Amino acid sequence: MSDNSKQISTETANSIQIEAKAKRREARQLLLISTVSVLVFLCLWELAVRAGWIDSKYLCAPTMVVETFLQKLTDPKPDGAVLGVHIITSLRLVLVGYLTAVIIGVPLGLIMGYYHTFDKLVSPIFEIVRPIPPIAWIPLSIIWLGVGTTAKAFIIFLAAFVPCVINSYTGVKLTPVVYLNVAKTSGASNWEVFWTVSRNYAMPLAFTGIQVALGNAWSTLVASELLAATAGLGYMIQQGRSLVRPDVIIVGMLTIGVIGAILTTLLSKLENHVVKWRSRA
Amino acid sequence: MDEQRVVKVHLENISKSFASRKMIFEAVNHVTIDVYKNEFLVLLGPGQCGKTVLLNMVSGLETPTEGKVEFIDSDATDLGFVFQKTAVFPWKTVMENVEMPLELKGVPKAERRERAQYLIDLVGLNGFENSLPKQLSGGMKQRVGIARAYCNNPQVLLMDEPFGALDAQTRYQMEEEILRIWEQEKRTVIFVTNNIEEAVYLADRIIVLSACPATVKEVYDIALPRPRDYVDTEFLRIREAIEANTDLAL
Repeated sequence: MSDNSKQISTETANSIQIEAKAKRREARQLLLISTVSVLVFLCLWELAVRAGWIDSKYLCAPTMVVETFLQKLTDPKPDGAVLGVHIITSLRLVLVGYLTAVIIGVPLGLIMGYYHTFDKLVSPIFEIVRPIPPIAWIPLSIIWLGVGTTAKAFIIFLAAFVPCVINSYTGVKLTPVVYLNVAKTSGASNWEVFWTVSRNYAMPLAFTGIQVALGNAWSTLVASELLAATAGLGYMIQQGRSLVRPDVIIVGMLTIGVIGAILTTLLSKLENHVVKWRSRA
Repeated sequence: MDEQRVVKVHLENISKSFASRKMIFEAVNHVTIDVYKNEFLVLLGPGQCGKTVLLNMVSGLETPTEGKVEFIDSDATDLGFVFQKTAVFPWKTVMENVEMPLELKGVPKAERRERAQYLIDLVGLNGFENSLPKQLSGGMKQRVGIARAYCNNPQVLLMDEPFGALDAQTRYQMEEEILRIWEQEKRTVIFVTNNIEEAVYLADRIIVLSACPATVKEVYDIALPRPRDYVDTEFLRIREAIEANTDLAL
């Protein structure tokens, strides 16, 4: 009897191992497929440029992109600054606008969500401003703030501000009544109910807003650097266009993409740390 | 028992109506109840009959349209409330959840930790002090809720269908537990449920409420010795008597 059950258990163990092996094999195959697809794409691209199917003033070869990238690390030509300077200029701009939006937007949304009177006071104006795309603010911000850093940061601020407010607001509004009642029956004042319950409950959704805001801020960068600039990733690809240098444009675009991805990853790490209590269903 | 009956909470002719634009909804209609000191009182009624509204008026979460709630030798802030299982804050650890009422009162950390630890041990959650609610089962979450309700050292405990969301097995276990805790830390308990078996198992006294609007329909003194047996003949007799006399939509 016991022999029998032992046998079954080793059989089970074997089949689990076989299953795990099959899964690993499948994962390897999928990775291989993805790699092959990227490589084929790059080869075709390279071939298309080298064979002259595409004029090099429209598109450069991927090897050329790598070359330009390496060159741009140290050479300010042809667009006026080395890649590092562009990156720092853009990062500073985005972070100023974005952090201001988070610092003002999240508390504003939380308080709007909790205090009904304040909500009624602010939300009509907010609702009118909300659907206006941030880029539509460019002309006004030039009149108000000129073409300097402040104007550019202001555009980015507007792009990031709206999702911060809306998501924090919604998070507070969704707080289950029973949580509020727990605090009330434990002797919490109105402000303490907000501080101990609603603020915490809203955090995961507020973070969703903060994530969306980061995406918005970063993608508004290029548009805001349409205003007079002497450096920045948006400026770099604009220069690439006027100099008809697709390689410079592509290096700029890829840098924007990679830095955006890095920022998002860093923020996700922070989010997981702050709202680690959240259970994923 | 009778000579010990000191009134702790007095509900005087309480009514509660909610007005919406089109109609008036009557939830509680002229309810007068005396709750005795350290008794385990169960309010038994069908779902949606205004039991929770009644309890909310005792706790002060809602004000009666008519009538008043009186506390003898204590006041409305001297309460512990056990809600349904979802009422444990998911962002706080077990310890932080339990000590929350004392934190709100501004009790120094060392002191409130000591009190909370005593209660965590009392409800059998020793070792889970630093766990987050997502790591706990439904029954364990409700233990956190009970410990938290005791934290302020209140004279009156209100429990609003605390085991309603639990599976049958855990529910029986928690019923046993709540009696053990109550025997050890005697308080006046007002326990709301729609489950007759649970009511007979727990109560010193059962007040049966009618369907909406809630009125007092019948009062039963349950003199059975504890621990009670669900299949004891006397237990079943009382249960059937209540069943025959109520319109619980179960």
